[in-house]
Amino acid sequence: MRLVFFIVLSLLLLFIDSRFKYLESTRTAISILVYPFQRLTTVPGKIWQEVGTYFETQNHLIEENIQLREQHSTDVAQLNLLQVLQAENTQLHNLVDVAQRVNYPMQMAEIAYVERDIFKRKLFVSKGAKANVQTGQVVMDDIGIVGQVTRVYPWLSEVTLITDKDHAVPVQILRNGIRAVVFGSGDINELALRYMPISSDIQPGDVLITSGIDGTYPAGLPVAKVIKIERDPAYPFARIICMPIAGVDRNKYLLIVAGTPELPPRPETKAAVADEKPKLTLKRKVQ
Amino acid sequence: MSSDFPKDHEFLLPANPGFIVLSFFAAIMLNWLPWHGWGLILRPDFVALVLLYWCTHKPYRVGIGIAWMVGILTDVADASLFGQHALAYAVLAFGGTVLHRRIQMFDLKQQTIQIFPLLLISYATYAAVHWQVRGIIVWEFFLGCIVSAAMWIPMTLLLQTLRRPRSDPYEL
Repeated sequence: MRLVFFIVLSLLLLFIDSRFKYLESTRTAISILVYPFQRLTTVPGKIWQEVGTYFETQNHLIEENIQLREQHSTDVAQLNLLQVLQAENTQLHNLVDVAQRVNYPMQMAEIAYVERDIFKRKLFVSKGAKANVQTGQVVMDDIGIVGQVTRVYPWLSEVTLITDKDHAVPVQILRNGIRAVVFGSGDINELALRYMPISSDIQPGDVLITSGIDGTYPAGLPVAKVIKIERDPAYPFARIICMPIAGVDRNKYLLIVAGTPELPPRPETKAAVADEKPKLTLKRKVQ
Repeated sequence: MSSDFPKDHEFLLPANPGFIVLSFFAAIMLNWLPWHGWGLILRPDFVALVLLYWCTHKPYRVGIGIAWMVGILTDVADASLFGQHALAYAVLAFGGTVLHRRIQMFDLKQQTIQIFPLLLISYATYAAVHWQVRGIIVWEFFLGCIVSAAMWIPMTLLLQTLRRPRSDPYEL
């Protein structure tokens, strides 16, 4: 019967898609067909926005201009300070002989549309393989990490947000350097810091930055802020809820960080591991 | 709509393939609009509705095969697993074609009650696949099913109106 045939076909595809990666090229091929129509659907929203900007009053613009100028002057002052600090930091890094932190090239991409499946936290940005976007690249806004590129089409790429249920980011607490892993919760405003002992030194308000250990996320980018801690002695781990720092669902433009950090070469033998270990921890702490 | 005579007795233009394709296209476009937040949760599944309309009114034209292909397209656009929408839509189309005589016996209000379980099964199929693969169920997802069922009347009226013959005699 036809229903049985199509159900079996669907289940087969589902199985292949969830277990293996064979169907990615098919997906890309269909996505090319679908792409123009997908862009077409965002047109009404764009027109609405354009009309909105057109009718923006001059007063508002002047006000904004003044604000931006003030912001700019304070930023310039801070930037100067930052350059001094950077130079100092480089010297210190040289002193302790660790790898320099690299400045990654970034490119800006517009959010094409947000995922239409309420189960998942994903969005699409309007740059893809044609603009050299690669899977695994990190996506951030101006204040923190938003997510990671998980699938690349020719003109689009799919970004999985850090709040996605399946997503984890290795982090470090800015205040004291404790390392942890922060997991998405599926809720757009929540992240969970799991497997932290009850006694660990974490306070509400602590800022989590990427530790860079996974080799995907560059170190030192702000990720989340701890908002609530429940320490129940009945459980071995504390229940820690964090809030993403970046406006995960508020931006129009995002930055794609090109290039992934280079990891130190993998140790080969057990003896080598023993030798390497102290050096590695030192590296991470300084970063 | 009066319930005195079934809808099928009304004189309608034969559904030409172009119109069917166009209606699917419009439904897909509606689904792809940048919905977010509550709008996304409450968004009716226009594709499922149009599919159900054609499956119940023209079961020999639109069936499981077309439903499946539309589902695959949706899967790509939504970045869901391959076959997830396809499976849900195939099940929906099956229900629609099997029950098409029964559904056409009722007036529109009663039809809504008749198609709701079909939509619910289709939504549940989607959610079940998701639950199997990823281990979570979002219960708000089923709100969309209720809204979809509520959209059945306007959607059917719209499609019926478009299929009615124009007063221009040369058009027939």
